[in-house]
Amino acid sequence: MSLSHAFFAIIRRDLVLALRRRSEIANPLLFFVLVITLFPLGIGAQPHLLQAIAPGIIWVSALLAAMLSLDSLFRSDFDDGSLEQILLSPQPTTVLVLGKIIAHWLVTGLPLLIVAPLLAVFLGMPSHSLGILLLTLLLGTPVLSLIGAIGVALTVGLRRGGMILSLLVLPLYVPVLIFAGNAVQMASAGLPVDAQINILTSILFMSLVLVPLPVAAALKMSIN
Amino acid sequence: MPMLEGIGLSCIRDDRLLFEELTFKLVSGQILLLEGKNGSGKTSLLRILCGFREPDAGEIRWCGDAVNDSQFLAQMAYVGHLDGVKRELTVLENLKIALALGNTGHYSIDEALSKVHLAGYDDVLVQALSAGQKRRLSLARLLITSNVLWILDEPFTSLDKQGIALIEALMTEHCANGGMIVLTSHHEIELHDVDVQRINLS
Repeated sequence: MSLSHAFFAIIRRDLVLALRRRSEIANPLLFFVLVITLFPLGIGAQPHLLQAIAPGIIWVSALLAAMLSLDSLFRSDFDDGSLEQILLSPQPTTVLVLGKIIAHWLVTGLPLLIVAPLLAVFLGMPSHSLGILLLTLLLGTPVLSLIGAIGVALTVGLRRGGMILSLLVLPLYVPVLIFAGNAVQMASAGLPVDAQINILTSILFMSLVLVPLPVAAALKMSIN
Repeated sequence: MPMLEGIGLSCIRDDRLLFEELTFKLVSGQILLLEGKNGSGKTSLLRILCGFREPDAGEIRWCGDAVNDSQFLAQMAYVGHLDGVKRELTVLENLKIALALGNTGHYSIDEALSKVHLAGYDDVLVQALSAGQKRRLSLARLLITSNVLWILDEPFTSLDKQGIALIEALMTEHCANGGMIVLTSHHEIELHDVDVQRINLS
């Protein structure tokens, strides 16, 4: 069978699995919505303050939601032996792993994009910055899944890898957070954001190309 | 002519020497049966053959050359302790994935399912299957993909007498077709007309 066939079969498999265990989709999304709706209640009646920190709130929540969902990326495949079968496939592991990461983003990252505009309006963000917010989420959340995959691949063999996973992954998330948050803030102020968008785009393409290699290697180590 | 060789293999785990200077040679039509008590390194040896572990000394050769991943992987199949099937997918979906990951083999999915007595279970979720049925499903994977070398870790676990006889028949057929098998088993296997080598690791 051809490589593209295997690639799409893996994506389809993971999407079907996610549909059959709904909590995997619902959990990060629910977390994202809950955190953002709690902020106005915590801050009180200060719409200007809320408007000013809205990009930060949305992006930090998206980042934490992404981190919350990471463990599910390889956990069940590791536990039931499917990961062994994937690694033993004659098809290159890097491509199959990329398929899994893309499916993971479709399940956990894409729903955030869909609810984000609603939540942005809720926080009082100016409507002309909504487009930039969506663009940063579109470019940034796949990077969160990609970089997170390295951490998960390294820790999936450990009983309690949760803590180490956050320590490993969080510092690598910081650049995305800085550039994305900054872009939305600038856009709200009506300033150009080409530079930040370019940097986010280049981070995305770089991780798309580079991440599958360490992930495949780390999985081989974890399965040992 | 396919040939699997292990040359001077040794394995150390947690500062314990499991085996050393292990050498064997397996050719088409042969079975290598690993025996030994629990913890004697049977599974470790199988995982070394799969490439999941590096041997601490020695090397594995496939057809005379050092194992080259993609070429070797295209000709082997592994069924380990874990069934490697997804509980939330149906029998058919699981086999379709296995087929997409490997190369098409002798049998179609339907033929393989009737071979392992799971015909008619196509649309049943794997979580509804019994342990023995799950095992037979993971063994059906061997039939639908093309492979020469089967690596089986305790393939008879949770199978009833009928199931064991079935797997023995499949193994005999595989060897008659020029395949080779490395396996561990606590059961006494009864195979006729097959050349069985035994290695005792304890």
